[in-house]
Amino acid sequence: MSQPFTTIYTFYRDGFRSMTVGRTLWKIIFIKLFIMFVVLKLFFFPNFLKTNFQTDAQRADHVLDQIIRPAVQN
Amino acid sequence: MVDVDLSLVNWSRAQFALTAMYHWIFVPLTLGLSFLLAMFESIYVRTGDEKWKALTKFWMTLFAINFAIGVATGIILEFQFGTNWSNYSWMVGDIFGAPLAIEGIFAFFLEATFFAVMFFGWNRVSKGFHLFSTWMVAVGSSLSAVWILVANAWMQHPVGMAFNPETARFEMENFWAVLFSPIAMSKFTHATSSGFLLASLFVVTISSWYLLKGRHVEMAKRSIVVASVFGLLASVYVGFTGDEAAFENAQKQPMKLAAFEGLYKGEQGAGLVAAGIMNGDKKPGDSQAPFLFEVKLPGLLSLLANRESGSFVPGIDDLVYGNSEQNVMGVVDKMKMGRLAVADLADFKQARLEKNENGASDALTRFNINKEFLGYGYLNTPEEAVPPVSTVFYSFHIMVILGGFFPVLFLAYLFYTLKGRIGEVRWLLPIGVSSYFLGLVAQQTGWVVAEVGRQPWAIQGLLPVKVATTNLAVGNVQATFFMFLGLFTLLLIAEIKIMLKQISIGPEGI
Repeated sequence: MSQPFTTIYTFYRDGFRSMTVGRTLWKIIFIKLFIMFVVLKLFFFPNFLKTNFQTDAQRADHVLDQIIRPAVQN
Repeated sequence: MVDVDLSLVNWSRAQFALTAMYHWIFVPLTLGLSFLLAMFESIYVRTGDEKWKALTKFWMTLFAINFAIGVATGIILEFQFGTNWSNYSWMVGDIFGAPLAIEGIFAFFLEATFFAVMFFGWNRVSKGFHLFSTWMVAVGSSLSAVWILVANAWMQHPVGMAFNPETARFEMENFWAVLFSPIAMSKFTHATSSGFLLASLFVVTISSWYLLKGRHVEMAKRSIVVASVFGLLASVYVGFTGDEAAFENAQKQPMKLAAFEGLYKGEQGAGLVAAGIMNGDKKPGDSQAPFLFEVKLPGLLSLLANRESGSFVPGIDDLVYGNSEQNVMGVVDKMKMGRLAVADLADFKQARLEKNENGASDALTRFNINKEFLGYGYLNTPEEAVPPVSTVFYSFHIMVILGGFFPVLFLAYLFYTLKGRIGEVRWLLPIGVSSYFLGLVAQQTGWVVAEVGRQPWAIQGLLPVKVATTNLAVGNVQATFFMFLGLFTLLLIAEIKIMLKQISIGPEGI
């Protein structure tokens, strides 16, 4: 590695190694990100329009149907 | 008429409110504490006194705890947009895409560079570069907040866009109009300055606790001096920016302003309610008195709302049913035009489906006449345009009363600090210890004022919340609401435990 990249790498490596409270905080951050992106996002929060429609034209059509519903119902 | 399951709408609302209010516990403290860190470190660099360095590192640890627990909770809101608010997120994607992408990129580079130097760089980079990084974290955090506040402001005052009936999207026409909308400017200055105020209260709270316990006395006194000066300036500025925000509400969201004040009948020379108990049975259009008890300051509401003490401020009844004398168009009339707009949109779609270009063009021309009232076409009754008045009124007044208390508190701290007696004032220190929690109450009630006060709108006048939602099973939304409640409670317990442990350890060497 060239000198600047080595310096930056060492800076981050040593920084992470010397953490005290930071270790606990990183654990919390990783657990939180796991819960958010692996559990919540995948199983509970699918993107409704991306999951149920293939193209943007279909998505637009669906939303348009939703917002003209009152006129159609009347 | 729109037939929607109101319990679905309300559970979706509750879930979003829970997430946003939880997120808002951490954000203002991050915004404000970053500036205090920069000030503490500036004093260290200027004086070379190692005690200021130890003090800075102590507050930096608490900043890190707050940041770590709060970071990324805002992303959950984006999940909810895609699942619970799919109509809304589709419609505003073009407007929100740019600001939120800028925020994401900006935050990533800020955190990967200057945050790292701030936390890892002690004794490894020059003092000057370390200080520069700490200031960049402070300035960058506030700038990063601009974008989400711009997006929120656009929902309250949609400008710089046009609705495209082909794609069912609001499309950006003027980025600068969106960025420099008066609501965006007042939101940014009010939200950031209230963050500075909250962080000052946080420092005062912990320092006062140390003084009461007789621990880390010198660090506590030094911290109090800086936090009290910063807090006093911030609290005065919060007052000015709050006044500006209320003025903009009066011009752009008069219903919200009327709800702030529980004003049902519009008045010339309207008074500002200093304190009051609302009549819970009061409904728009009835003859009941809105208050069981009230203390009013004559003419002040007109002055604040229009900068003229004798001017007319419309009340809820004027805004719902109209007031021709004062040239106020009511929701009743707006609903008629809104329904025409919705019908024209339906005609446009049908004509396009039948490949009838002339019919589509005619429908579009008719739609454009009434499009600014589109959202009113979805209301079932005119009274639906009124937010929950009591909730907004009490939240607004709690926020304002606390906003008036904080500068007095900071003045008292500065007074006794100058007298050299701050460690001995036993009546003041317990108030100081409780002040951060009062600050949190002011922050949360401020959120309620801004967001409950604009109900029923997701986008002011254009899209009510009930049309913005996805048609999901209520049980799913309830289940995820309680999952979030559990997750947030656990994270909050973790934060409090880690924070209390660090406070109990205290700074090294002072």
